[in-house]
Amino acid sequence: MSKKRCVAMLLAGGQGTRLGKLTTRLAKPAVPFGGKYRIIDFTLSNCSNSGIDTVGVLTQYQPYILNSYIGIGSAWDLDRKNGGVSVLPPFLGQKGGEWYKGTANAIYQNMYYLRQYDPEYVLVISGDHIYRMDYSEMLDYHEEKGADATIAVLEVPWNEANRFGIMNTDDDDRIVEFQEKPAEPKTNLASMGVYIFSWKALEKYLTEDEQNPNSSNDFGKDIIPAMIEDQKDLYAYSFSGYWKDVGTLQSLWEANMDLLDDDPDLILNDPSWRIYSVNPNQPPQYIAPKANVSRSLVNEGCVVYGDVYRSVLFYGVHVGLGTTIKNSIIMPDVKIGANVKIENAIIESGTVIEDGMELGNKDGSISLIADGEIVSVPK
Amino acid sequence: MRKVVGVINLIDEKNDLSELTSHRSFASVPFAGRYRLIDFSLSSMTNAGINTVAVFTREKYRSLLDHLGSGKEWDLDRHQGGLFFQPPASEERIENGDIRSFYENLSYFKRSLSNYVVVTNGKLVWNVDFNSVIDEHEENGADITLVYKPCDDPYVSGNTYNVLYTNEENRVEKLNLDVEPLPGDDVYLNTFVMKSSLLISIVEESMETGKYKSVNEAIASNLERYNVHGCHFGGYVTFIDNVESYYRYSMELLDPNVTQELFYNKGPIYTKVKHEAPAKYDESSTVANSLIANGCKISGTVENSILFRGIRVGKGAIIRNSIIMQKCEIGEGAVIENVILDKDVSVSPHEKVTSEDEPRVIAKSTVI
Repeated sequence: MSKKRCVAMLLAGGQGTRLGKLTTRLAKPAVPFGGKYRIIDFTLSNCSNSGIDTVGVLTQYQPYILNSYIGIGSAWDLDRKNGGVSVLPPFLGQKGGEWYKGTANAIYQNMYYLRQYDPEYVLVISGDHIYRMDYSEMLDYHEEKGADATIAVLEVPWNEANRFGIMNTDDDDRIVEFQEKPAEPKTNLASMGVYIFSWKALEKYLTEDEQNPNSSNDFGKDIIPAMIEDQKDLYAYSFSGYWKDVGTLQSLWEANMDLLDDDPDLILNDPSWRIYSVNPNQPPQYIAPKANVSRSLVNEGCVVYGDVYRSVLFYGVHVGLGTTIKNSIIMPDVKIGANVKIENAIIESGTVIEDGMELGNKDGSISLIADGEIVSVPK
Repeated sequence: MRKVVGVINLIDEKNDLSELTSHRSFASVPFAGRYRLIDFSLSSMTNAGINTVAVFTREKYRSLLDHLGSGKEWDLDRHQGGLFFQPPASEERIENGDIRSFYENLSYFKRSLSNYVVVTNGKLVWNVDFNSVIDEHEENGADITLVYKPCDDPYVSGNTYNVLYTNEENRVEKLNLDVEPLPGDDVYLNTFVMKSSLLISIVEESMETGKYKSVNEAIASNLERYNVHGCHFGGYVTFIDNVESYYRYSMELLDPNVTQELFYNKGPIYTKVKHEAPAKYDESSTVANSLIANGCKISGTVENSILFRGIRVGKGAIIRNSIIMQKCEIGEGAVIENVILDKDVSVSPHEKVTSEDEPRVIAKSTVI
């Protein structure tokens, strides 16, 4: 293996418990988003567009769909002779083995993977987040500062700061304190879960952390606080732009609806920053003579006879005559009959909805239709 | 096991689609919102498990080469076999007829150690099961099988086709090349199956004797010598010869029965992937009876039309009965009616681009 300046480690093992039945059979990074994508497409495309061509994807929870989706990485131009994408599940060795105990432990168990590339830097990111970011600029910043670690931060509304990991910095953006979900935050600079480490520093801290039986082996809870305590050079890298952790059904729904604005903050169609995804090979969408479609995103393979307003239709969705869909997300290959009414709903892939059904609540709460069941989520 | 190699034969294809074929070959003319004509035959090869396919081409192949690339989209990026893009061996244009092209590529047939060759062309919009054609070929004990379709298109008059006549056992008794078919005539779709060894000997013999300029000529003149069978293709297929028929067959795609047969009943049709976002319909969009590809952003009205990938339709713009190819920009309040806009055409706000009777083609990258 030839040396790499920067290798990315993409954490994709999360269950996404708060997404309920949507994650029964797939990990959170594999949840469909934006009419065409899975959540992990955003970070994989960020890597590809940032010129990072070596990406280890750490899987654990329900890995099959993710594995088969990533394949050899060709959709993201990550099918490379040198580097490329490698899926890294937990494994057994001669001395046994174990599940990934935490985010830091997941990387620790794969230090052999990193060592073969002898990198200068390691980018640690999470496959749960939706944003467009040029990691190469953050890498330049990290080098300029001569940092041991750089953490991307985002200004969040003050009243939400208690939900995030908050960085307190000095005038030079050096991180002096890190508080995980503080009751009384001192700043509103939230960690985006995007870290760049100098490899030597990371290797040392991961090894030490592993020897501490009281550690939860987590970047936010253990590694970063330990580095701050040792007065290592940690810097905050300010990011401005769209960033969303779609951890709940409500936030998943909102993030999809955000895309329907006239000028959305998250641009999906920038030729210089493509969001890549695996192509399902479907013909163009057909909008029938009596259909009405407005303020919506519709993907290939859809056939629409009814009315669609303020909704996101993934590929292969059929909407019957006389059917009305409002404020909803319809995932791939959902077949919706005639004279159906759907409002404020998320419908899981492959669901079949019979003629005449009425789904969803008018009070603004989101309903999830998954596994043939209707689950209502209060707002 | 059967070993089959395929050929998409673009030699002698006519380039008569006006501006649509002034810079590109017939096979790479855009069709159905996101495809090129060649995608249909090529995908049918892939779906039949034919993993060695050669494309014989003579001219204007720049856009075709760009489209096909390594053949990856059709699963033809292979160590064993794969896609062979074969431009002419020398620059001088020798004569009409495809015999020379087959001769120049004899090593392709010899080296592949295949039992069968399936040869088709790049202009048919269809989804054909080549395996069932080969099955029929074997069941009939035929030397050569020609695929045909009874001509049910009342508009083909004025254009020449190859017409075949079969007896009760479906053996081809007559093959008339370049004639005007009558309604109901069996039109040979320039698609055939034969053993590789037979093709090699026909090509070598034709070159040695100089008697035949094309494989079709050689077949037509040897119907007694070889056991030539007809294979009736019962599915949907197009006869595109000019702008008028290109337009008419495009509009047939607005019939969901046609798209069902072309795209869903058999294997998928593959094409070059562009990674465009889903189509976006604004508050003010009105779309009816249209095919819309990804990457479009629609703020105006679209009726009875086909929009290819990445088209912007401004507020108040009206598009009716038209075909708009990749990356066109239609300004606010513009009116587009009965026209075919080739790629990258830009129509300024409030301009009118219409045609009364015949669909009008606006050449690539025109600014109106």
